[in-house]
Amino acid sequence: MSKRVGIEVSIAIAEAVGLARAEVIPAYPITPQTHIVEHLSEMVANGELDAEFIPVESEHAAMSCCCGSSAAGARTFTSSSAQGLSLMSEILYIPSTMRLPMVMVVANRAMSAPISIWNDHQDIMVQRDIGWIQTFAENGQEAVDLTLHAFRVAEDRNVSLPFIVNIDGFTLSHVIEPIELPDQEDVDKFLPPFKPRYKLDPRRPITMGPVGIPEVYTEAKVAHDMAMRKAKRYILKAWDEFAEIFGRKYNPVESYRTEDAEILLVTMGSISETAMTAVDAMRDDGQKVGLLRIRLWRPFPSQEFRKAIGKAKVLAVVDRCLPPGAVCGPVGAEIRSLLYKIPGAPKIFSFVAGLGGRDVTVARFKEIVDKARQFAKKRPRELYEVIGVREK
Amino acid sequence: MANSDAIVGWKTITFGCHILEPGNAANFRTGDWRSQRPVTDKEKCIKCGMCWVYCPDMAYSQDEEGYFVANMEYCKGCGICAHECPKDAITMVPEEG
Ligand code: SF4
Ligand code: SF4
Repeated sequence: MSKRVGIEVSIAIAEAVGLARAEVIPAYPITPQTHIVEHLSEMVANGELDAEFIPVESEHAAMSCCCGSSAAGARTFTSSSAQGLSLMSEILYIPSTMRLPMVMVVANRAMSAPISIWNDHQDIMVQRDIGWIQTFAENGQEAVDLTLHAFRVAEDRNVSLPFIVNIDGFTLSHVIEPIELPDQEDVDKFLPPFKPRYKLDPRRPITMGPVGIPEVYTEAKVAHDMAMRKAKRYILKAWDEFAEIFGRKYNPVESYRTEDAEILLVTMGSISETAMTAVDAMRDDGQKVGLLRIRLWRPFPSQEFRKAIGKAKVLAVVDRCLPPGAVCGPVGAEIRSLLYKIPGAPKIFSFVAGLGGRDVTVARFKEIVDKARQFAKKRPRELYEVIGVREK
Repeated sequence: MANSDAIVGWKTITFGCHILEPGNAANFRTGDWRSQRPVTDKEKCIKCGMCWVYCPDMAYSQDEEGYFVANMEYCKGCGICAHECPKDAITMVPEEG
């Protein structure tokens, strides 16, 4: 029987990685990811998990190790945050085009400077284009479920791509929540042993990672892009199978009180729970407001998102990332380009909120909706607005 | 550069761009970007085979008379053979055109 326990989300994620029977875990600790890898290291040291825990000298080494271990055919897991994730940058593009499955939980954190250990999405937006599948969790249960889902999809022979599960640093990683930890038997049913299409084997030598001369580089990258697009089908299929076994159903885009909504908030990650409370409060006031939450960020679920908009006239897209000098935040830019020139498309307003651990409260969401409503009457001068910044 | 019949499209490129056939570099003209080529002076050569040992591209093979000859399909012109030859029998000559 699965058991429902009060547990810190980081520990629950580590337990899920154990239930997934990860075989190699190269990891380097960094706040706020530390508890995940600390607990995994403990599980291995105590003999509870039969895996190699490799305490590497840096995140660069961690990701390099992950590539080797996946290439050798081992179920591979790692985790990182912020500056640590950036130290992996050089390697992150490699397993994706090389089609090496692995799972990484990123406990999202702001990028320094100034030094910040607190939560926003700037670290992962730096890595937006590395060609990994990416999902965003809203709460602890989802963090656990998406971690299991990630292994299933990444290692599917039709997909064979690395996978990042984003969880908000502290807001999720350090919070104790009631979480249902699944049965080993059910996890084994959902997640068969890893059987890669190709692996490094001295008896059948192949070369992985050769040079791609100009005559083939474009084709290699297009093959990767197409693999990402094709992956969506298997991501959805795995969520269906997950629902059958565990009873919880996930979608690439979640809609909350969107029927007849005129204004929709668009969010990713844990602030969506606050956004739902804000939507409830605004609905009580008679405002036609709803929420769209993006769970699947890469490959972007274009069809599902367009469908989820319904008849809404205004989208208020909340980014937790401020790219200086850009047109607007990355999620805002994505949605704008998705809906550009589509007849009847809603007006899209981009907001930046919740940087470096600043809370996005119910009042802030109301402010965002009010602003979007006003902007819709008269086009705003700016292409985005930073919420809650002190103008002095 | 590479043989045109070996050029793949995105649908036919190998999974993950892996090379599934070991040693398939032999199927490609890997040396045509060379800027200089080794020329052996048979008068000085003692047939010791050091050039054959050191060539990183395995370009050398032995002819009927026992001399070592570099295959210009694969020689990239690095000059290692000339540097290693104990008799200074190899001269690196610039490629013209
Ligand atoms: S290394 Fe020099 S001497 Fe020896 S076989 Fe080659 S060319 Fe001749
Ligand atoms: S120049 Fe370099 S590649 Fe060419 S034959 Fe000599 S060692 Fe080999």
